[in-house]
Amino acid sequence: MQTIQYREAIREAMEEEMRLDDRVFLMGEEVAQYNGAYKISQGMLEEFGPRRIVDSPISETGFSGLGVGAAMYGLRPIIEFMSWSFCLVAADQIINNAPKMLYMSGGQFGCPAVFRGNNGAGGQLGSTHSWCVESMFASVPGLKLAIPSTPRDAKGLLKTAIRDEDPVFNLESERMLGLGARGDKDFSRYIKDTWAPPTNKQDDDFTIPFGVADIKKPGKDVTIVAAGRPVHFALDAAEELEKEGIDCEVIDPRTYRPLDIDTIVKSVRKTNYCVVVDQSWPFASVGSEIAAQIYENAMDDLDNKVIRVNNDDIPAPYNRTLEQEMLPNTKKIIDAVRAVTYNA
Amino acid sequence: MTSATTEDKVKTTASHSLPKEKLVDMLYQMMLIRRFEERTMQAYQQAHIGGFCHIYIGQEATAVGAVAALVDDDPIITAYRDHGHALARGMHPNYCMAEMYGKITGCAKGKGGSMHMFDKAHHMYGGHAIVGGQCPLGVGLAFATQYEKKNNVTVCFFGDGAINQGAFHEAFNLAAIWNLPILFVVENNGYSMGTAISRGTAAANDLGAKAKAYGMRYAECDGMDVLDTYNTFKREGDLSRGSTSSALGLEQAGGGPCFINCKTYRYQGHSMSDPQKYRSKDEVNEKKEKDCISSMVSHMIENKLATQDQIDELDKKAKQVSRDAIKYAERSPDLPKSEMFTDVYSQPYGPPYIKGALPKMLTDNNSGE
Repeated sequence: MQTIQYREAIREAMEEEMRLDDRVFLMGEEVAQYNGAYKISQGMLEEFGPRRIVDSPISETGFSGLGVGAAMYGLRPIIEFMSWSFCLVAADQIINNAPKMLYMSGGQFGCPAVFRGNNGAGGQLGSTHSWCVESMFASVPGLKLAIPSTPRDAKGLLKTAIRDEDPVFNLESERMLGLGARGDKDFSRYIKDTWAPPTNKQDDDFTIPFGVADIKKPGKDVTIVAAGRPVHFALDAAEELEKEGIDCEVIDPRTYRPLDIDTIVKSVRKTNYCVVVDQSWPFASVGSEIAAQIYENAMDDLDNKVIRVNNDDIPAPYNRTLEQEMLPNTKKIIDAVRAVTYNA
Repeated sequence: MTSATTEDKVKTTASHSLPKEKLVDMLYQMMLIRRFEERTMQAYQQAHIGGFCHIYIGQEATAVGAVAALVDDDPIITAYRDHGHALARGMHPNYCMAEMYGKITGCAKGKGGSMHMFDKAHHMYGGHAIVGGQCPLGVGLAFATQYEKKNNVTVCFFGDGAINQGAFHEAFNLAAIWNLPILFVVENNGYSMGTAISRGTAAANDLGAKAKAYGMRYAECDGMDVLDTYNTFKREGDLSRGSTSSALGLEQAGGGPCFINCKTYRYQGHSMSDPQKYRSKDEVNEKKEKDCISSMVSHMIENKLATQDQIDELDKKAKQVSRDAIKYAERSPDLPKSEMFTDVYSQPYGPPYIKGALPKMLTDNNSGE
């Protein structure tokens, strides 16, 4: 089987779509000559040239706004943020202009642009560089938000994003870029599960539709909802809990907007217990939203309250131990599952 | 560049390079904007128009002169004082007024309002309501025409308040490093809302320094003189048109971006709710003596390009068209509630890869069309 890394999956998605459509270009800091700050765009300048792989200066407002304008004109920009933490200086462009253009212009000008980059804590980068932006941005109508957790999802969702007529925020993770590499912690799980894209590299039509959740692990006792990097914490937790006789079902929505609440609710109706994991802060978070929608749709099927597991409600600390402690980590999920199933 | 007075300027050779029909058309465009905006103010005072509403009276020569120097598919983009640009670009006054009335017949179906005039057919990429926010978008338009190897120039208008925004400076830098075909135009009416330019902008008496800082061409024109404005935009537009950059893998060609300082003046307040305590009536009256329409009228008559009767006819037509726009807007149906959830997404469900298996949320009204 083909085992490509998460970063290679992102690259393959961009390369394939760029071969199919000349309107697609990649712009961002260090994407061209440097071959990508995280080596995602490695080799792409060589294949596509400086017209389509464009190094931008450190001007997020400028180049993300450029992406919106170029998309209004009819191009298909992929705008890379080295980190989503850096997108905040461009907020007016990405959340005021991009998602509202179609509506404000009465349907005349859309914004088929993709904004993508690393999201969430890296490794001891401190608070300003450790943003999880999903909760802040998922509340904005007009944009779509994908948060892939495996190389397969990374490739399939990004190809869908590039083809989509609406602005898409693709939230990747620095901590997952090497996922799929030999020696990676999750490698054994990776090769036995369906985490790899189709083996035929020329399969241009492999895409994953938005708004369709993936059951990362089937189970009957309790539902764990998680997206992005926390999916792996949830799977680790499920492995541990299996030893205690608790069979977890791990549901990965893959896109927060649109959200496939139906698959989540179907699972909750079966298990009657639910833990929602989300790597952003707890107050008014995507996890809160999912919990609310579960109550709205499956109140009578719940045998306990929904328990949320979030990033702790603090700026990210630099200290390594505290940083790991802050995350919605495996231990927190295990504790939550035990509590929600009355096994605490 | 010019330092000549309006009276001197309109008598220069500039006008003679243009056919009479074009001059008449430019005069009519200015008259139309003036009469249209008078009706806009009335309608606002009668509460037919809501929200913020920024009147273009006084500045007509800038939009008209600039647009007259472009070709039809040159993209233009501007800020929120945008009625004049929309009309100058060819938007039907009916659609412009209906938009302000919030009617379905408006240019943006009544979803945008006064500050968001969009007209795809006329390559008008909008009025934009956040100061300076449209500057990077204009750069994107210019990037796109260069990417597509088109022989266009983008015109990006903004007010003098935008000069102090970060977006302005990032846009200038990107346009300069990539030699983009774009004219950045400050419609310098001297005030960002109630703040005189010298109070808010460093080196306000030397805006050319901003261009120089980015290695960019700089030009000034009398924005209350439609012919000087036209000449400036024709000259600089031709230099910038079709510019390409070796940094983007193309052959380096063309003059790249230019910063044009159009010195103009608005007769009305910043918006309809502005008591204008920051300036004197004398100042306003003094500026009105240089009025773009009356100076153009005297130029046309003195040079026997039009008779007073013909001028009166033009004004009569402008008044009639503006009255008709009001009638059209009044008679148009309101934006129906069925339009509430349309245009949020163009592909609410993503590409149609799967059929008949859409999650329930996606079939609900609240997620798009």
